[in-house]
Amino acid sequence: MTTDTADGVEAVGVAPAADPGFLQCHGTTIEYVLIPGAALVGALAVFGVFVALFGKNPLDLYFYMYQGAFGTWFSWQNTLARAAPLILTALCTALPAQLGMVIIGGEGALLIGALAATGAALALPSMPPLVVQLAMVCAGMIGGGSWIMLSGGLRQYRGVNETISSLLLVYIALAILNHLVEGVMRDPASLNKPSTREIGAANMIGSIPGTDVHWGLVFGLIAAVASYILIYHTVFGFAARVAGGNIRAAKIVGLGVGKLIMTICFLAGASAGLAGMVEVAAVQGRTNANLAAGYGFTGILVAFLARQNPLAIIPVAILLGGISASGGLLQRRLGLPDASVQVLQGIIFAFVLASDALYGRIGFLKGKS
Amino acid sequence: MDFGRISRRHLLQGSAALTLGSALGARSALAADTTIGFIYVGSRDDYGYNQAHAQGAAALKKIPGLKIVEEEKVAETDAVEKTMESMINLDGATLLFPTSFGYYNPHMIKMANKFPKLHFEHCGGLWSEKDPTNAGSYFGYIDEAQYISGIVAGYTSKTGKLGFVAAKPIPQVLRNINAFTLGAKLANPKATTQVIFTGDWSMPVKEAEATNSLIDQGVDVLTCHVDGPKTMVENAARRGAMVCGYHVNQSPLAPKAYLTGAEWNWEALYPKFVKMIAAGESIPNFYRGGLKEEIVKVSPYGEAVSAEARKHADDVKAKLTAGDYTIFKGPIMDNKGKAVIAAGTDRGQKDPELEKMDYLVEGVIGATS
Repeated sequence: MTTDTADGVEAVGVAPAADPGFLQCHGTTIEYVLIPGAALVGALAVFGVFVALFGKNPLDLYFYMYQGAFGTWFSWQNTLARAAPLILTALCTALPAQLGMVIIGGEGALLIGALAATGAALALPSMPPLVVQLAMVCAGMIGGGSWIMLSGGLRQYRGVNETISSLLLVYIALAILNHLVEGVMRDPASLNKPSTREIGAANMIGSIPGTDVHWGLVFGLIAAVASYILIYHTVFGFAARVAGGNIRAAKIVGLGVGKLIMTICFLAGASAGLAGMVEVAAVQGRTNANLAAGYGFTGILVAFLARQNPLAIIPVAILLGGISASGGLLQRRLGLPDASVQVLQGIIFAFVLASDALYGRIGFLKGKS
Repeated sequence: MDFGRISRRHLLQGSAALTLGSALGARSALAADTTIGFIYVGSRDDYGYNQAHAQGAAALKKIPGLKIVEEEKVAETDAVEKTMESMINLDGATLLFPTSFGYYNPHMIKMANKFPKLHFEHCGGLWSEKDPTNAGSYFGYIDEAQYISGIVAGYTSKTGKLGFVAAKPIPQVLRNINAFTLGAKLANPKATTQVIFTGDWSMPVKEAEATNSLIDQGVDVLTCHVDGPKTMVENAARRGAMVCGYHVNQSPLAPKAYLTGAEWNWEALYPKFVKMIAAGESIPNFYRGGLKEEIVKVSPYGEAVSAEARKHADDVKAKLTAGDYTIFKGPIMDNKGKAVIAAGTDRGQKDPELEKMDYLVEGVIGATS
């Protein structure tokens, strides 16, 4: 990542003389790569200074980060496994963002999706695994989708701010999960860790052959690409972007804004719900409080770093997956506390948000007006 | 259970090893580059559960020839599987201590199956015959130490009202509350323990609220069972109440208010485990013990503890250490008036019925649901 961008910077320095027309023609595209890349390099540099203040060598830091995240085949799998749920939860923020909505409740949709998927599996004890898995996918998506639709509906029909309502719904989802897992859905054998019954080894969806990475990664890639096509290459997506750009204009041209909001919120929640289903069917095998691992919240970060673009979510999720994969190595080799990884995430976030101001303002990328 | 087979000889060897201290490392049969991995769910300086394990890890660091790698704040998801694999693949760890309850099933079991030649030791799990043989679970009867705390608390309290800040109404926690209360009633038959469940292992705000609310109701001695007792100890001391600690010695946080506390003794157990492996012995897959086996200990008494309390507590401690004392001795009534242990029934520490405890004894004010 670091070297790529460094090359990019160099190329920009040389290219104008050689081909002045090219940069102006592709200015916007180049900006989308150059600005976040530069923000990332800046953030890593600042983090390097931060680490140096603790008396550690920043070069060691970069080396271990690379080794822990992308240095070996194992590291790659570690990174991809951590990225998988983030792609899905990031879509929960990125899709409503097309409508100008800021939904930050992906964690709640993930929990409800996981509960619904577990419920579906437990309700179908003697069905063939494929049927159970399909039912789990449907239940997870409907569960998560309905959850975010609540926020959408509150916004559309009751004027409640969707950011606040979606965040508060996370805590309600967690309370519902704890209530059910410690109550009616509890497996009596789960003494010191209240959990539901297991969905059964046969119903687990397993890993992508030849790897340790579960199928959630493939689900995430499909969902991200499908979202991209939906938003940028369909009439529905165009309508959503129009409504996101100017809701009054959208109403004047006769777009059904309420329907758009509800549909997009459903799809957003369904992605996070699917992430919950995958956590149950590929990792935990049952539902318990372990599911509230914060994937929904990291997803918000991914979506904002990707500037709410469904395709850009994929590399950003892999980048953040890599940062968290390498976090362990930073602790073990450099003796840094876990919080240092959060510091890095925070610095990146601040840089990317600040870099937003640069779009369309880089002189040599501007077209002649 | 294999526990019966850890003969006195093993225990003597273990304690001998401890007495020898660092001398044992030099003659150890372990390869010079043996790497041991420790994984914590929270921060390792939490004055609580994780710090207790980190102190055990620190005891191992003193033994020459051992390399200890540690990682904190690892979630109970596939993140811990990846951390274990990373320690194995990148650090060469051959013995792993994933110390949080939720790491056991499915995560540690999966890794133990994947790496059959390596050792996995889990704190708190219930190893059973169907689990892999290179996996083990160990835990301590810390209710023995809570019983001693209860005696001291019973003597010290002027109001006869004791307080207990607890995480969840699960068997391990209920057992501590009950043992603490039974101990207090030895000192003051009219003593009551008011319990507040916060709902989760690490809820500092709720723990502070619970502490304040207990003190407002006239409670003047408090203890707890949450991951980090720091919040309760500091708040109670500030309000002028006395405290009994948990997990580790919290007296540095409140030197005047600290009476005693129930502590883990991992710094004795972990070197014992390493010594057993070095000697080619296998660690019993299901390993349990209390004061007698030096898996738990009682903090030194604070200055506020009266001579009478010290004498009574020391007396019971000596009997527990000798192994001829039963805490859960019938008749025991629950706080709803039902006989839970019949007269004439002694439930010794290893009684599996105690692992399923779902009641609060007479004298506890509170409910399990």
